[in-house]
Amino acid sequence: MSNTSLMSGSNTPTKLNFKWVTPTLYIVFLLLPIYWLVNMSFKTNQEILSTFTLFPDNPTLHNYAVILTDPSWYNGYINSMIYVALNTVITLSVALPAAYAFSRYRFLGDKHLFFWLLTNRMAPPAVFALPFFQLYSSFGLIDTHIAVALAHCLFSVPLAVWILEGFMSGIPKEIDETAYIDGYSFPKFFVKIFMPLASSGIGVTAFFCFMFSWVELLLARTLTVTDAKPITATMTRTVSASGLDWGVLAAAGVLTIIPGALVIYFVRNYIAKGFALGRV
Amino acid sequence: MDKPFNNKAWFLVLPVFILVAISAIIPLMTVVNYSVQDTFGNNQFFWAGTEWFVEVLHSQRFWDAFLKNIAFSATILVIEIPLGIVIALSMPKRGIWVPFCLVLMSLPLLIPWNVVGTIWQVFGRADIGLLGYFLDWLGISYNYATNAVDAWITIIIMDVWHWTSLVVLLSYAGLVSIPEAYYQAARIDGASKWKVFRYIQLPKMNRVLLIAVLLRFMDSFMVYTEPFVLTGGGPGNSTTFLSIDLVKMAIGQFDLGPAAAMSLVYFLVVLLVSWVFFTVMTNLDADAPEKGVQD
Repeated sequence: MSNTSLMSGSNTPTKLNFKWVTPTLYIVFLLLPIYWLVNMSFKTNQEILSTFTLFPDNPTLHNYAVILTDPSWYNGYINSMIYVALNTVITLSVALPAAYAFSRYRFLGDKHLFFWLLTNRMAPPAVFALPFFQLYSSFGLIDTHIAVALAHCLFSVPLAVWILEGFMSGIPKEIDETAYIDGYSFPKFFVKIFMPLASSGIGVTAFFCFMFSWVELLLARTLTVTDAKPITATMTRTVSASGLDWGVLAAAGVLTIIPGALVIYFVRNYIAKGFALGRV
Repeated sequence: MDKPFNNKAWFLVLPVFILVAISAIIPLMTVVNYSVQDTFGNNQFFWAGTEWFVEVLHSQRFWDAFLKNIAFSATILVIEIPLGIVIALSMPKRGIWVPFCLVLMSLPLLIPWNVVGTIWQVFGRADIGLLGYFLDWLGISYNYATNAVDAWITIIIMDVWHWTSLVVLLSYAGLVSIPEAYYQAARIDGASKWKVFRYIQLPKMNRVLLIAVLLRFMDSFMVYTEPFVLTGGGPGNSTTFLSIDLVKMAIGQFDLGPAAAMSLVYFLVVLLVSWVFFTVMTNLDADAPEKGVQD
């Protein structure tokens, strides 16, 4: 990180530039707790509890092995993956046409509808936890992946519509008109011409659906018992039980960070726009 | 806005409308239903009118939790917004360090919320955590599990750790959209750094900052997972926020009536803030016809 000084220094060679200090300190602050989690995940429980070491004395993969071989752990990941994927697919397939409609047309009640969607993004999950539980119980959907996926649609659909609308408004309308003149039908135009143009927006939206479904705990935990229990819920239950297997807990935590960390590079330029609901 | 008026667009919106209506309106109606009825078990319900609302609005428990939420949101906004601006201002505008900064700074935003809680739970423990151990070594007594002040400090630092990057990313997005010519003009005029910030950078950022303030307010107002994992609402009730209390009441104790009434009051507050957000957004959209072109 010390190279930062060389870089900013080269911009203003005449005087020393200390601008890099603030971001560097901030990044160190962000990474310290993560470093500690990773560090713990490579230690044995005995080392965690008995000694204080900045690096594992005898790095071990035991904790990861526990997770990857114990079905009650790795099923948590599989369950999370399944409902997150379902959620992303459902969300995108309904949000794409809707976002197009909002970005291109005015229609009866459009503003109200757009606002109403937003209120769902802003609604506290705590308000919905109990009614969701009862709604999905009455359909016998408790402890299924589709229940969690649908529940998460409450947040992800509004988010997706808003982000996609932001991206689609940036695509010139002339393209639509030209395509219609060329004799394209709406579905053909939408799939063949419009979606490729909006692909960066679609990618970012998918990323955000994925992310918000992946990080959510309250609804996922309320709606599942065992068969569809997500990894995040598995983790909290381990904490509350007296097991306190710190090493395994740390390893499980590290594994939940990995999916986000892997794709973040591709969306780095759009991440602000995504968090701001497509309005930056 | 030169969008044509066409009611056929409703067909495109219909799937979203149906899906969200099922997952939002039916549950909400359930809540409304519970909020005006009383039960003595056996699924027998009696009309209770506004009894629960009166009870909730007069209960110390609700207002305590409400005030805690307000205090929490206010504190994190006061810390995160200026901090985010300062960091965004000192980030490099171009070069190989830009993606490096962006990726590392976004990292906390993508960590599952309960893992954020777990990370800080471990990090702050005096026996096995780096922070707790370090404070202990300095001779500072610190224990978030037994001391209410420590619990609050930990939750606030945790939120700053978790969400300041959002403010940074948004401010940064605003900053990089400022044309170089503005800075050149300022240099020719001999403007001080403060003047550049006050008259060039801040006005350009105020759109994104508004978004940041509103998003952070709303998300912090419904905070649940992180404090729940870290302290479980304790010690005592010191970190029992509205969400935590609500879940405890509805799913733990099954006090449906009061929980439903509380949900609705809570939801109305959120609705009000959402409306402010929406008004601000649509006004901004109207002011900025080039929306969506930059990035």
